[in-house]
Amino acid sequence: MTPAKLYLRRRVINFINLGISMLAVLFGLFWLVWILWTLFSHGLGAFSFSMFTQSTPPPGSEGGLANAIFGSLLMSLLATLIGTPIGILAGTYVAEYGRRGWLGPATRFINDILLSAPSIVIGLFVYAVYVANVKHFSGWAGSFALALIVIPVVLKTTENMLRLVPDTMREAAAALGAPQWIVISFVTLRAARAGIITGILLAVARISGETAPLLFTALNNQFWSVNMDAPMANLPVVIFQFAMSPYPDWETLAWGGALLITLTVLTLNILARVVFAQKSSNS
Amino acid sequence: MHATVSIINAPQGALLSQRMLNSIPDNLIRRQHFYDLAFRNATRAFAFLVLALLLGILVTLLIGSWPAIKAFGPGFVTSAQWNPVTQKFGALVPIFGTLSTSFIALLIGIPVSFGIAVFLTELSPLWLRRPIGTAIELLAAIPSIIYGMWGLFVFAPIFADHVQPWMIETLGAIWLVGPLFQGAPQGIGILTAGLILAIMVIPFIASVMRDVFELVPAMLKESAYAVGATTWEVVWNVVLPYTKIGVVGGILLGLGRALGETMAVTFVIGNAHRLGTSLFSPGNSIASALANEFTEADGVLYTASLVELGLILFLITFVVLALSKVLLLQLAKREGTRT
Repeated sequence: MTPAKLYLRRRVINFINLGISMLAVLFGLFWLVWILWTLFSHGLGAFSFSMFTQSTPPPGSEGGLANAIFGSLLMSLLATLIGTPIGILAGTYVAEYGRRGWLGPATRFINDILLSAPSIVIGLFVYAVYVANVKHFSGWAGSFALALIVIPVVLKTTENMLRLVPDTMREAAAALGAPQWIVISFVTLRAARAGIITGILLAVARISGETAPLLFTALNNQFWSVNMDAPMANLPVVIFQFAMSPYPDWETLAWGGALLITLTVLTLNILARVVFAQKSSNS
Repeated sequence: MHATVSIINAPQGALLSQRMLNSIPDNLIRRQHFYDLAFRNATRAFAFLVLALLLGILVTLLIGSWPAIKAFGPGFVTSAQWNPVTQKFGALVPIFGTLSTSFIALLIGIPVSFGIAVFLTELSPLWLRRPIGTAIELLAAIPSIIYGMWGLFVFAPIFADHVQPWMIETLGAIWLVGPLFQGAPQGIGILTAGLILAIMVIPFIASVMRDVFELVPAMLKESAYAVGATTWEVVWNVVLPYTKIGVVGGILLGLGRALGETMAVTFVIGNAHRLGTSLFSPGNSIASALANEFTEADGVLYTASLVELGLILFLITFVVLALSKVLLLQLAKREGTRT
């Protein structure tokens, strides 16, 4: 092959492969756009005042998703309240104390696995440990299952963010005579605050769409209920049940709920990015 | 507490001289020492809790599935029976469904993710990297139940009407792979589940690939460009060999996600406990069998069999994710020693 031909061949291969790479990006974006478009076109019609004020209806009658929205909010809130402190404290250990010894690295390793572990197995675990013992599904069980999903997300971001805090800051505080617990809680954790908030927002986003762990824990409830010790309605399971049903009204409501969840999750995700971007541009 | 604050607010530039040290009351030092210990142990306890959680999940699932393990033994994994009436259960169909859908997902997801990562690290203008990277990551943020609904109501009908008949005509006629693409075009089934999983794993694999591609020292790439390599040659001969451990780690992370994905698969896989030779036939995956049957399962053996399915799923994903983590750690370690 003459050098000119070889050169041409390499140019052509380069051109084709880079073209394919751009197509891959379009391929990825294509699904995102399609899915969002589907959600808006099916779900926007279901958005109405009554969706937020009425409870889930029996088939064939009017209703809304108020009980499911409330249940989801309540369980997500409690799960965040339970999971966040655990995640932050464990993450603090891994980043601040766990630099030597086995516990730090081991926790980090196991946490990364829990982060991607199938959420339905978390549901099974809570079922076996809690639901099977109290013998009924409940909002608490749902909150516990979601909390177990919050922990690894918060732990990981806390650890990563604490690692970004320069050691000189810790040394400066220590040099002034501050005990280590004060250094950590008033200096390094404070410096990492924006990053940790990002992590919490991402965790909330993650659990607000989780369905699988709620199937065997919170189950569902057709009526308005604030009793955490009883089965509790929640958006994902209602969507699952309504979408699989043969009734058109239920299906419409399911699309409305789906749009609501997706908007919430995407907003939280973008909010998390904004919080983080602001913090990194400040420093 | 007030005394502590005054230590931190000591006059600027003041060093802890011996006199100052002497001026700190003994009980204050003792108290701070106690707080230190308490804080350290509290955080350590929660770190332990995370370890205990993993162990707890394993032990709980093992106990829960014990009746099934005792009744069916290792044959559970190879039996295709699933009959609540005769109380005979086997895991072959769901295991096959989980593995085959994940395999299809990787088959499509890997090249696409690679293309996206190449675009984001080598081709894209700087101002476009952030928005496109974010958009791809948002694919991971969409809850899986949304993928399921979209797959069942929007994707499957189009797939059945327009794509599957075409596949049956063309791919179905090819020797050896033909049987995979035969049967009724129903829209739902193993292939559809695999395709939707592919879309779901792309953001995970692509973002790991992008991160590891960014680890390649600029000097290596610039050297290759300097001797006249094209962008593609740099990617294929410099970037990829340098990061291959990390790339495999990313792929395994995607696999771990695909294996355990529940809701999206449950909507579109068809939930039939049978082994079909065609990719168009409905099947079942471990996660979707659990999602569909667990709350309705009656009888100790039925429930225990489902829990054993969960245990198998957990073990498989554990191994895959642990391997992924080890590979990514190795790349990070090498990175640490080189710079």
